[in-house]
Amino acid sequence: MVAPDAARVRLASSGPGSIPLNAWRLAVVLILGVVFIAGPPLFSSYWVGLLTQMVILAILAMSLDILLGYTGLPSLGHAAFFGVAAYAVGVLATSYGAGFWTCVVGGLLIGTLLSAAFGLILAHVRDVYFLMITLALGMILWGLSFRWIPVTGGDNGISGIPSLAAHTGFPLEGPVAFYYVTLLVFVVCAGLMTLIVRSPFGLTLRGIRENEGRMKSLGFNTWLHCYLSYVIAGAFASVAGVVWAYYNGFVSPTYLDLTASSELFLMVTLGGPATLVGPVLGAAAIVLLKNVMSAYTARWLFILGVVYIVAILAAPKGVWNLGRRQ
Amino acid sequence: MRTPRSAVIATALLIAGVLLSAQTPTGPIKIGFLVPVSGPYAQTGRDILNGFLLLLDEIGYRAGGREIELIVEDTEAIPAVALTKARKLLESDQVHLMAGGLLSSTGYALASFVDSMQVPMVYPVVSADDLTQRLGTKWIVRTSYTGSQPNHPFGEYAYETLGYRTIATIALDYSFGWESVGGFQRTFEEAGGRITQQMWTPVSVHDFAPYLAQISRDVDAVYALFLGRSTLQFMRQYQEYGLKDRIPLIGAGPTTDEHALPFMGDEALDVVTALHYSAALDTPANRAFAGAYRARYNKLASYYAESMYSGGKWVVAAIEALDGRVEDRAALLKALQDAKPEGLPRGPVELDAYGNPLENVYVRRVERVNGELQNTVIHTFPRVSQFWIYTPADYLAQPLYAR
Amino acid sequence: MTYLITQTLNGLFSAALLFLIASGLTLTFGVMRIVNIAHGSFYMLGVYVAYSVILRTGSLLFGALVAMIVVGSAGFVMQRFFLRRFGADPLPQMMMTMGFALLFRDGALMIWGGDPFTLQYPPGLSGSMEVGEVVFPLYRLFVIFVAALVGTALWIVNEKTLIGARLRATVDDPEMASATGINIALLSGLVFAVGAALAAFGGVMGGPILGGYPGIDFDLLPLAFVVVIVGGMGSLKGAVVGSIVVGMIDNFGKALVPELSYFTLFAPMVLVLAIRPTGLYGRA
Repeated sequence: MVAPDAARVRLASSGPGSIPLNAWRLAVVLILGVVFIAGPPLFSSYWVGLLTQMVILAILAMSLDILLGYTGLPSLGHAAFFGVAAYAVGVLATSYGAGFWTCVVGGLLIGTLLSAAFGLILAHVRDVYFLMITLALGMILWGLSFRWIPVTGGDNGISGIPSLAAHTGFPLEGPVAFYYVTLLVFVVCAGLMTLIVRSPFGLTLRGIRENEGRMKSLGFNTWLHCYLSYVIAGAFASVAGVVWAYYNGFVSPTYLDLTASSELFLMVTLGGPATLVGPVLGAAAIVLLKNVMSAYTARWLFILGVVYIVAILAAPKGVWNLGRRQ
Repeated sequence: MRTPRSAVIATALLIAGVLLSAQTPTGPIKIGFLVPVSGPYAQTGRDILNGFLLLLDEIGYRAGGREIELIVEDTEAIPAVALTKARKLLESDQVHLMAGGLLSSTGYALASFVDSMQVPMVYPVVSADDLTQRLGTKWIVRTSYTGSQPNHPFGEYAYETLGYRTIATIALDYSFGWESVGGFQRTFEEAGGRITQQMWTPVSVHDFAPYLAQISRDVDAVYALFLGRSTLQFMRQYQEYGLKDRIPLIGAGPTTDEHALPFMGDEALDVVTALHYSAALDTPANRAFAGAYRARYNKLASYYAESMYSGGKWVVAAIEALDGRVEDRAALLKALQDAKPEGLPRGPVELDAYGNPLENVYVRRVERVNGELQNTVIHTFPRVSQFWIYTPADYLAQPLYAR
Repeated sequence: MTYLITQTLNGLFSAALLFLIASGLTLTFGVMRIVNIAHGSFYMLGVYVAYSVILRTGSLLFGALVAMIVVGSAGFVMQRFFLRRFGADPLPQMMMTMGFALLFRDGALMIWGGDPFTLQYPPGLSGSMEVGEVVFPLYRLFVIFVAALVGTALWIVNEKTLIGARLRATVDDPEMASATGINIALLSGLVFAVGAALAAFGGVMGGPILGGYPGIDFDLLPLAFVVVIVGGMGSLKGAVVGSIVVGMIDNFGKALVPELSYFTLFAPMVLVLAIRPTGLYGRA
């Protein structure tokens, strides 16, 4: 039985094509572009570090957007693939002394294969049940990272991942060099994801989000589309996870717990689902808020809660979707 | 044109003045402090911070002729966040040294960062064994203890003094639990005892019934490692299931530490534990500290509170030894390692060659005195090393305590 | 044998506590189709408020009453003035509950500080019952009894009263229900308040054993989800059966296969979701 409309997760629609950016959005993109592209050599390495985090989490947020925003499948366990890929890098680099490319490919492969496996059992699930099953799977993976001590080191995690410079052999020392590598990865991923969401495949995903019944009657294999969407999202999340492992130099179960998945969820939904740009903004904003606020007050968590509530009230479809027609 | 002599003298004086003022910096000494201030560990982080604040108050926020500026950052007990905040403290705030850390995961995550940035960091609480054993972190000065440290002598004590021969252990399933139980088990079994059951509970568990029901009724004692809310729950439930009246309960120090003890009831009476501190320690230094802490914060001083009070004294001693010249980080590190601060509430402490304290270990029994529960000290093991009586070489040849 | 009896009894206790926690969540979901991330927060606030009341009055009963009223009201306000703005759109509502969860968490830290505590036992219930070799705490038996009472009361209200009928009508078909004159807005608010109050009551019941501490909100939330998923969202019967299934599996699982302690809760949840997402008694 198809659930009544009220029960379906409804998200902003970007329409059949891309909506022309208005001046406001263009200005934001330009300013951020300048900051993120030309800024780092001028900033202190602490700020370069923050920007790097924003970029990595932006990749992760965009990956969730494909699943949540474009396909309408709300996942509360997406950080799991991020974490698993990071752990793969950690384990390969420290326990097996693997080389850089082995670690990268290993991380991507393991994260993607895991999402391919999980996808088989949940690609038929929808709405709040999808939310729950992804939450449960996320918790299971978290439990695994905690308990599979010989491999994951338990709550201590794995430290000692070599720096990018040391592991690749390229002259990539320092936070600025790392940042630009990250930015490059981001640009490639963003480009690929944009191609995907604008392709016929992407359009089908949006159709499924709007009315799966109609898509089925039109002859689309909606199960397959949802499955592929899940796997693609998992693959890009793995990319972010690999970079995150190198950024921090360690991995920890906190990469894939419920808090991480919830924050990720909020980045996408507050930023503006189904836009790719919105989640990028969401990621940047939340990183900024958390770090800047906590420097001034111990009550930053409370303020963050208030900010979430106000943002949802003011922009229920996400900040980037403000003012768009439905 | 010949330069007037006065101009030369003036320039020389100017240069000398600049050089001199560079030699004797007068800005504040900045200390970066990393603890969880939000989330489930907020109270513990606050207790550690409060101990430090108490000390800083006592010295008027001045040492070595300079003012001390404390910058506190919230780690949320998440390693990645701790790392970001550490970067901020070092690069944005330009701190001269750092202190803090609570969980082992934070301790490990910060260790390589601190070493790569070559800035001294004081760990007043982190007790992960390996940090001062195989890992050989150079820039970390641990002023607390290793998880196994108090449990080595305690294992002997349990066998020889308490007379137990068989013991069941139950502990939180993470490195702190493994290291506490591991240390205890080693010496207890070497003395001739036997650990007949070993139970590990997930860190998130709150109902211990499935585990308590498994404890065999004929063990001599149960050894437990819990802390925070889990020890409160465990004590309650240990009594609920009738074990309190049948099987004596002993454990690692945190199980009855004062951060949780005041919230327990009679179920905590007569529990024997071992730690490098007790708020009931009857020495002038501790009475002064515990009294001052209670007066100011209206709470019993826990080992967390004492940790950075003593850690603070350490930092102050190092600053004084350098006459306030903390800009040279290598010199600051050496000063921290060589410092022998006096009047620490927990007793005499000095660092061993691996950067871990040699200190007293107190065996305590919970008693009700003047209507209040306290950890009465019933025995003292002086000058206990992280390696106990083994040589470092022998000790390190064994693997790290694990599950 | 002793062991079996003790574990079974404890499974029932876990079920009882889970039922108290989850019944509110399933009610809320059944009527409003939203996932309340702040549900664990209601449990937490319940035990904290009761703690304050008990410090002053010494009565667990009074503490429970005040906790239910305070938390129920908070729930009503939250639903009526914040969640309701989004009408039938579940996603922003869920996100808002996330925001409230953060508020409640830090708010509790501000008001009560971060020290853990347990509530005192009601008079006469602090001991244990000993039958042969089996030792079982009296208070846990009491909780089982109370949960059964609450479950019965909820069933009676749901099946045998007018308001229960209205509730069922709203769950089945909100538009038709509204057309027949049922005040959906008020009903939703009341249901949410009752759900919150139930969670708070669960907090007080669990208080002497689990106590309260910062973080209990997110520690218990996944448990509530597991029960509601296994039992079926919106179904009271499902909450009962789900609690028993989950309570038993968790207890026996932890005892028999301690290596898998982390998974004893979530494995049933994943199984159910993969095979029959609506749960044992839920409806699409």
